[in-house]
Amino acid sequence: MTRKQKRLTLIGSAVGVLALAVGLILFALRDNVVFFYGPGELVEKHVGAGTRLRIGGLVKTGTLVHLEGKSVKFEVTDGKADVPVTYTGLLPDLFKEGQGVVAEGALDTAGVFKADSILAKHDERYMPREVADALKKQGVWQEGGAAAQPAKNAGAAQ
Amino acid sequence: MIIETGHFALALALALALMQVVLPFWGARTRDANLMATARPLALTQFALVALAYAALTWAHVVSDFSLVNVIENSHSTKPMIYKISGVWGNHEGSMMLWALILTLSGAAMALFSRAIPPRLLADATSVQGLLSVAFLLFILLTSNPFARIETPPMEGNDLNPILQDPGLAIHPPLLYLGYVGFSIVFSLAAGALISGRTDAAFARFIRPWTLAAWIFLTLGIAMGSYWAYYTLGWGGFWFWDPVENASLLPWLSGTALLHSASVMEKRESLKVWTIFLAILTFSLSLLGTFLVRSGVLTSVHSFASDPTRGLFILGILVLFIGGALFLFMLRAPTLTGGGLFAPISREGFLVVNNLLLTAACAAVFIGTLYPLALEAWNGSKITVGAPFFNLTFGPLFAPILLLAPLGQLLAWKRADLLGAAQRLWFVAALGLVAMLGFYAAQGGPVIAVIGAGVAIYLMTASFVEIWGRVFPQGFRKRANAFGRLAGLPLSAWGAALAHAGLGVTLLGLAATGWGVEKITKVQKGETYQVGPYALQATSIEAAEGPNYREAIVHMTISRDGKEVAKFDPSKRFFKTRQMATSQAGIVTLNLGQVYVAVAEQSADGAFDARMYWKPFVSLIWLGALVMSFGGALSLADRRLRVGVARRAKILASAQPAE
Repeated sequence: MTRKQKRLTLIGSAVGVLALAVGLILFALRDNVVFFYGPGELVEKHVGAGTRLRIGGLVKTGTLVHLEGKSVKFEVTDGKADVPVTYTGLLPDLFKEGQGVVAEGALDTAGVFKADSILAKHDERYMPREVADALKKQGVWQEGGAAAQPAKNAGAAQ
Repeated sequence: MIIETGHFALALALALALMQVVLPFWGARTRDANLMATARPLALTQFALVALAYAALTWAHVVSDFSLVNVIENSHSTKPMIYKISGVWGNHEGSMMLWALILTLSGAAMALFSRAIPPRLLADATSVQGLLSVAFLLFILLTSNPFARIETPPMEGNDLNPILQDPGLAIHPPLLYLGYVGFSIVFSLAAGALISGRTDAAFARFIRPWTLAAWIFLTLGIAMGSYWAYYTLGWGGFWFWDPVENASLLPWLSGTALLHSASVMEKRESLKVWTIFLAILTFSLSLLGTFLVRSGVLTSVHSFASDPTRGLFILGILVLFIGGALFLFMLRAPTLTGGGLFAPISREGFLVVNNLLLTAACAAVFIGTLYPLALEAWNGSKITVGAPFFNLTFGPLFAPILLLAPLGQLLAWKRADLLGAAQRLWFVAALGLVAMLGFYAAQGGPVIAVIGAGVAIYLMTASFVEIWGRVFPQGFRKRANAFGRLAGLPLSAWGAALAHAGLGVTLLGLAATGWGVEKITKVQKGETYQVGPYALQATSIEAAEGPNYREAIVHMTISRDGKEVAKFDPSKRFFKTRQMATSQAGIVTLNLGQVYVAVAEQSADGAFDARMYWKPFVSLIWLGALVMSFGGALSLADRRLRVGVARRAKILASAQPAE
């Protein structure tokens, strides 16, 4: 093998791996990215049924209903709009009425959000940043005691 | 008084770090051996002072000194002692203290154990290490002071986040930081080499032990973090492609690439520019990880204790060090002479392929982790890049490594016989295929699991083919002196084989998740539930009282074919101070697999909702990481490396005027 051929092989394989990586990344980014909306934005944007997305807000107090089996129904609110959510499965330890929640799933044709996973990653001092941001945008920070404490933390986020 | 002493010690350490930046660097410029020699005492004293400050903070936590804001916010007088001690780093300020402690420990280690390194290179490297200390000590003192007092101390503290009250907290962060920060030595040496212009093959020898040591700790740290998440989050998952997890995977991938490229630089004087770039990149990714975790820019399961106001300071540190190092690199790289090109079919050719794939995989993870942040900054849309993205990009880029690693081991340096090497692997490749058929017959199930398990068996066995060939060079029949040859094998040969085989072990554990069984059900006293091959019976439900929590315990027995094999007690804990509940999953390891039960809230009728899993071979995921680290440790212990360094040192020392 000549020097030139060796160099070409090296550059060729580097370009090949690079092209493969770029191709895979672009392809994966097109189909595997999930957008996040607050209930208000969800109503505004008229997101179609079946599109995978995440929604976040507070679990509206007094709306949590346990249905047959492991199913639950509740509403997620940001003070501007409420979105009904159904979920089948075990709720995380930190799931509570009046607390922040992030749900991943899709809307059905009736406008009910069918969640297949529920994240409630917070304690009484911390709430998901997405939820805090969405709620702050809607200006519902001082609504009730539940939001007062997290408001301090989220305020520092800016 | 103890607190003030600690605070003062920290400030004093900063002053010494400043001296460490200036004096050795000046000494290297003026060729003043005395000035260069100040590096060692400065680094050692600095470490002692930071250790003193750290001990003072630990003392405050141990005696529950609630006049300290840090202690109030993160401790409670009834908290068990182990969490009072490990809770020191369970919060932002303390965790930065641990970072600084390990950073100065690395500086001290470099100053102590680098007699082999040319004095001028070492002087420049310690000066860079000093600059790192300055940056992080300033960060602690200016933005994250753990010694801040409060005027009217409360009677009781807020307690530590219950999820952190776990032995995992005692083990995971120190291991991870030893890995992260250990790479700072490699970074400093690379920067020192660029400054002093000493970038010959010997450089690869200097950085190899440090890279290996940091890599071992990082491997253990990631595995420990994964196991901790697995048993504490109660979902049975062990890797979520969470940005914080990715932040630790990035330096691991580039550190692994660095280990391999350094061997090419050492043996063939080639890939110099690339190796130095990787040395800079690896610690840069560690810094990036610290930025992501500590600045609070992420939404993440791990973001318990983050404060975004500090983000800008860390971002400044990030820009200064990464930018500075890359600028140096840009200035010097064109002057580095390459060791010439080499044949594609050779050990170094395959190591290049290894590096290409590892860095491409690293880039995929990097983009998946940072793209959401960039997009949000760009147009405000919030997106989540989850597991599907990483499976689709990281998977195909990493998979060829699993197949090619054993082949690379069998190739000779310079010019190799690919066909011959492949022929030596046909037997283990066939074994892998037979294993696939066997797994399919026994478990059936998803094709990806069957293929993964087969490849795992191939990788585990193929990693030892090289050793087999060295012990029986003329085949198994002519095995005279085989024992002699076996005993004569260098430790590094075993190290490489074990590290690769460990990857196979982990892969088998990952593949076997495809055969897992999950059941979500209501648990009632006396009832029996079938999960996979095991029958789980809830024998009794008990309410108990812990030191700082209430607990509901479900006592269960596990039996197989009517015979009782184990007992365990999954439970639910409720922490009063923070009004928070955690699940203590019940986990029993049976034949390398695990039965895993996590209970949720108790309903009014006294029953529990529970997740029950049978996860075959799951323990191999973490055992594999242990095997990898053990392989790394064997390589590190290889005498040849150290002897080589020492011999070189004597040559260099005699060439230098004075030390």
